[in-house]
Amino acid sequence: MGKESDSPAPPLEATPEFEKAAQRKESRRGFLLALPSYLYLVIFFVLPLVIVLVYSFATRNRFGGTDLSGWNFDSYERIAEPIVRTILYRSLWLAFLTTLICLVIAYPFAYFLTTRRPLIRNVMLVFVMIPFWTNFLVRNYAWRVILGNDGPFTKVTEFLGLGTNELLFSQKAVVLGLVYGYLPFMILPLYAAIERIDGRLIEASRDLYGSGWQSFRHVLLPLSMPGVIAGSILVFVPSLGAYVTPEILGGAKTTFLGSYIVTQFLTARNWPFGAALSFVLMAVMLVTTIIYFRKGGRTL
Amino acid sequence: MTPAVELRRITKKFGDVVAVDNIDLSIKDGEFFAMLGPSGCGKTTTLRMIAGLEFPTEGSLSIFGEEVGTLAPNKRSVNTVFQNYALFPHLTVLENVGFGLKMQGTDKKETRARAMEMIELVQLNGLESRKPAQMSGGQQQRVALARALVNQPKVLLLDEPLGALDLKLRQEMQLELKKLQRDVGISFVFVTHDQEEALTMADRIAVMHEGKLLQVASPEEIYEQPASKFVADFIGRTNLLEGTVKDKTTVVLENGSLVHAANSLVAGTRVAISLRPERAKIARLSDVSIEGSSLNGVIDTITYLGNARVYGVKLDWMNIEIRQENRPDAELYEHGDQITVYWSTDDVSVVAG
Repeated sequence: MGKESDSPAPPLEATPEFEKAAQRKESRRGFLLALPSYLYLVIFFVLPLVIVLVYSFATRNRFGGTDLSGWNFDSYERIAEPIVRTILYRSLWLAFLTTLICLVIAYPFAYFLTTRRPLIRNVMLVFVMIPFWTNFLVRNYAWRVILGNDGPFTKVTEFLGLGTNELLFSQKAVVLGLVYGYLPFMILPLYAAIERIDGRLIEASRDLYGSGWQSFRHVLLPLSMPGVIAGSILVFVPSLGAYVTPEILGGAKTTFLGSYIVTQFLTARNWPFGAALSFVLMAVMLVTTIIYFRKGGRTL
Repeated sequence: MTPAVELRRITKKFGDVVAVDNIDLSIKDGEFFAMLGPSGCGKTTTLRMIAGLEFPTEGSLSIFGEEVGTLAPNKRSVNTVFQNYALFPHLTVLENVGFGLKMQGTDKKETRARAMEMIELVQLNGLESRKPAQMSGGQQQRVALARALVNQPKVLLLDEPLGALDLKLRQEMQLELKKLQRDVGISFVFVTHDQEEALTMADRIAVMHEGKLLQVASPEEIYEQPASKFVADFIGRTNLLEGTVKDKTTVVLENGSLVHAANSLVAGTRVAISLRPERAKIARLSDVSIEGSSLNGVIDTITYLGNARVYGVKLDWMNIEIRQENRPDAELYEHGDQITVYWSTDDVSVVAG
C-alpha cells in the first residue's frame, strides 16, 4: 500500500466536521435573521415583565408611591382575600362561559364554511373579519345603544310582551359583548383545522356504519381538536383579562379582573398589588397556552 | 338468482353535468367485477352511488333486491376501500379495523376479537397498535381491506385500490386481492383506470366512457370482440384501420386497399378494423406468398422492450404499431426496411367506424 500523505489539497468530502461547520453556519445565519425580533421581544416584552415582577414584591408607601425596598409577598397573600377571590372566580367563570358559547356557535359555522364553494367561503370569511375594521371601543358602545333603555332590543322585548329587558349592565351583557368580540378568534382556527381534514374520512366513517353524530364524535371532533384548543385559548385568554367590554357593558355592579387591576394602579394607587394580580393572571394564561402547545400541536 | 347489485336506468347529474348517463348494470353475487374507464367517465360516481355516498338523480338501485337508492351509507351492508384508503389518522390499526363494529354497537370484546382476526387475515399481526402514518402504502392498503371486510359486507367496493402502490407491489396485491375475493366469496366491485389491472383481476369488466356504459363482458370478450372503437382502443393497444365495407367480407381502407374481415358486414357502412400489434406479422416485401390481408409499409421506429420489439410501420396514409416477440429465431428489421404487414381474418375484429 503506497502512502498518499503528500497529496496537496485535501478532498472536499462530507466529513462529520464539515457537516458540523455547515450546521453552525446555518444556525448563525438563522440567529442573525431573527435578531430584530429577539431585540423587540426583549425590550418590549421581557423588560416590562421583569419590571412588573419586581414591583409585585415591592411595598406601597403611605403616599401611594412604591418603595423599591422591603421585599415581601404581601401582595400575593392579598389575592387569597375573599373579595379578590370572588373577582378572580367570576372572571374565570365568565371567560369559560364566553369560550364555551363561542365554541358552540363557531363550530357549526366553521364546518358549514368548509362545505361551501371557495368563493362563498372567502366572502363569508371576510364578513367574519369586517367587524375588526371598526374600533373595538366603538363596537362596544354600539352594544350599549342596542341594549340600552330606548334601544332596539328593549323595543323588541316590549313588543313581544316580554317586559323591559334588564340586560345592560349585567353579567349577561358582558358575556354577550365578549362572545361578539372574540367569536372570530374561535371561527378562524376552527375553520383552518376543519378545512384540513380529508372529507373522505367522514365518508369512510359513514360507510363504516357511523351515524352523522357518531362521525362527528369519533372522527371530525378529534381531528379538529387542535383548532378547538387554539380557538379556546384565543378566546379564553383575552376574555379573562378583558377590560373594555366589562367596563362599558357591565357597569359598576360587577367588577372583573381587568377592571380591578386597573383600579389598583390608577385609583387605589397600590402598584405592588396590581402587579401581583397581573402576574397571577399571566400565569393562568401561560398555563393554558402550555396545555395548548402540549396537546394541540402547532396549528397557527 | 338475485343480483348482488342492480342498477336500472341510473342517471346522476351534478348541476348541468351528467356524470352517469342512464346505465343498466347487474352484478352477480360472488363476482369480481371491474368498472373501467378514463378519469371522469363516471365509474367512481357509480361506485359512490352503490356505497350511498351519492344519491342517483334518476333510476333505481338495489342491493340483493332491496331498493337502496337514497338510503344513507351507514344503513346499507356494503363497505368501501377508498382511494388512498382514507384511514383514520388519529386511530391505531386495531381501532381503524374495529371502527365499523364499534359504530354498530358490537360489544368491546367481540369487536377486538374480530378485528384481531381480520388483522391476522391480512397479515398485519404485531402492527395493531401502529398509527396509519407509521405504515407503508402496502400495509395501509391491507388495513383498509381489513377495516371494510371485518363488517362482513354483502358487497365490497374498491375505489382504485391499488392506484397508490408501486408496480411490483401492485402486481402482488392483484393476485392477493383475487385470492381474498375467492376466500371471502362475496362480490368485489372495483373501479380502475388501469386496463391491465381490470383484465388481470376481473371476472367481468364494464367499460365506461363519458357517463355511458359501453360494454359489459368477460376480459376475453372485451379484448377480442370490443363493442366499439373506444373499447378497442382503450383496452390494450391496437391499430384502428378505418374504411368502408365493400361486401360481406371485404373492407376498402382509406388508401383503397382491400382487406378481409369476418362475415356479415353491411355494405356501405363505415367501420374500423382493430388490428392488435401482437396479432399482425411482418415479412420482407420480397416474400410474396401471403394469404389473408396485407399492407405494405416501411419500418420507421424500433422500440426494444426486452421481451419484445415494437416496430412503428409507416403505411401510405397512417402509421401502425406491430409487436414482435423476442425469440432467437425472430427476424430483425431495421429502419427503412420495406416490409409487408399481414394477418388472417381471425386476428382482427371489426367495430363501427
